[in-house]
Amino acid sequence: MLSAHGLTCVRGERPLFSGLDLAVDAGEWLHVRGENGTGKTSLLRLLAGLAQPAGGEVLWDGQPIRQADEAYRRNLMFLGHHGALKEELTALENLEFAAALDGAELSEAEAIAALHRFGLKGREELPVRVLSAGQKRRVLLARLVTRKARLWVLDEPFTALDTKAVAMLAALIGEHLAGGGMAVLTSHQAMPIPGGKVLQL
Amino acid sequence: MNAMLAVIRRDLLVAMRCKTEVLTALFFFVIVTSLFPLGIGPEPALLRKIAPGVLWVAALLATMLGLHRMFAADHADGTLEQMALSPAPLALLVAGKIVSHWLVSGLPLVLMAPILGIQFDLDAGALGVLMLALLLGTPLLSLIGAIGAALTLGVRGGGVLLSLLVLPLYVPALIFGAGAVQAQMAGLDVGGHLSLLAALLALAAFFAPWATTAALRIALE
Repeated sequence: MLSAHGLTCVRGERPLFSGLDLAVDAGEWLHVRGENGTGKTSLLRLLAGLAQPAGGEVLWDGQPIRQADEAYRRNLMFLGHHGALKEELTALENLEFAAALDGAELSEAEAIAALHRFGLKGREELPVRVLSAGQKRRVLLARLVTRKARLWVLDEPFTALDTKAVAMLAALIGEHLAGGGMAVLTSHQAMPIPGGKVLQL
Repeated sequence: MNAMLAVIRRDLLVAMRCKTEVLTALFFFVIVTSLFPLGIGPEPALLRKIAPGVLWVAALLATMLGLHRMFAADHADGTLEQMALSPAPLALLVAGKIVSHWLVSGLPLVLMAPILGIQFDLDAGALGVLMLALLLGTPLLSLIGAIGAALTLGVRGGGVLLSLLVLPLYVPALIFGAGAVQAQMAGLDVGGHLSLLAALLALAAFFAPWATTAALRIALE
């Protein structure tokens, strides 16, 4: 499980939040809410280990994430504002590269199935450059299907998605939680996923 | 190791899809080295004398051209974040990026150099040594350049700063690389120069990925 004690984040001179505690157990998800600029993205980056907190610590299965290191990164899937899509490569190549980076085995059939699930049939071999903003987002979400990680940390996963894709993503997160997964996500919308806790920043 | 190969494969694929980057460095090298014989005129003795220096300086500047883009695109589109979060060590992935940078902007220079050397009336022996020296020297340039590219990542006007930072560090490669060709033309032993270049390469190959990784982590915070 993921937990954090006394997390403090300082950007420049300004403290964003301090003494933050949170815990996410298997099958639970945490909805991080707050106005723009209250530190939602900063919190997610702290949880992912991309930034170091000014105080407090993040624990994975009771172990600080710096010590858990590789074991933590193997179980973590982080999707930030920028999704690491290479515009020159096709959706399929992007998925395959992401899987190789995650150290996962991904067959072409699995990758194609994941893209089809997000309605990208017939667009597997197109360079991502020619896809619309929403379709690019869908390629990223297809990565959630192929990546077998226990913890998903998603920053604004619903941006640029149409209502159908939002429902698909919500269903996907639901499946993930039912399978014992965990998720932390930021969103301004109310989410139709059971088992959620809300963290107001 | 698989993740590292994937990084190399992806970077080469991206380079193949937008060829301008590969061709810019190569054409810069070709044009700059061709300007000297045109400007100086057909004086074989003089051209032979300046050849090692001109070819090496042009190679240094040509590898500098694409250097600031080494991590910039990956930083902008979030790939660098995903690399940092990969279970594979970041230093290994960074090493992969350095290898692909050399394959794209260093190796073509090595292959092109003998043809350009003919313009300077270099004999076969000197051309061979030039190629060998560049083969040892250009990876060194990519390795040192990677540290500079990582340090100036996200800095406004980073391109100029990068040149100021990296070019002085290229001096040893220039001295021993050009020196090897000069020694060959003077009929001296080239082993010393090449061994020193190889030693510098071994040293940089060991330390540069770590230093680059440390600089990238600062840029990511």
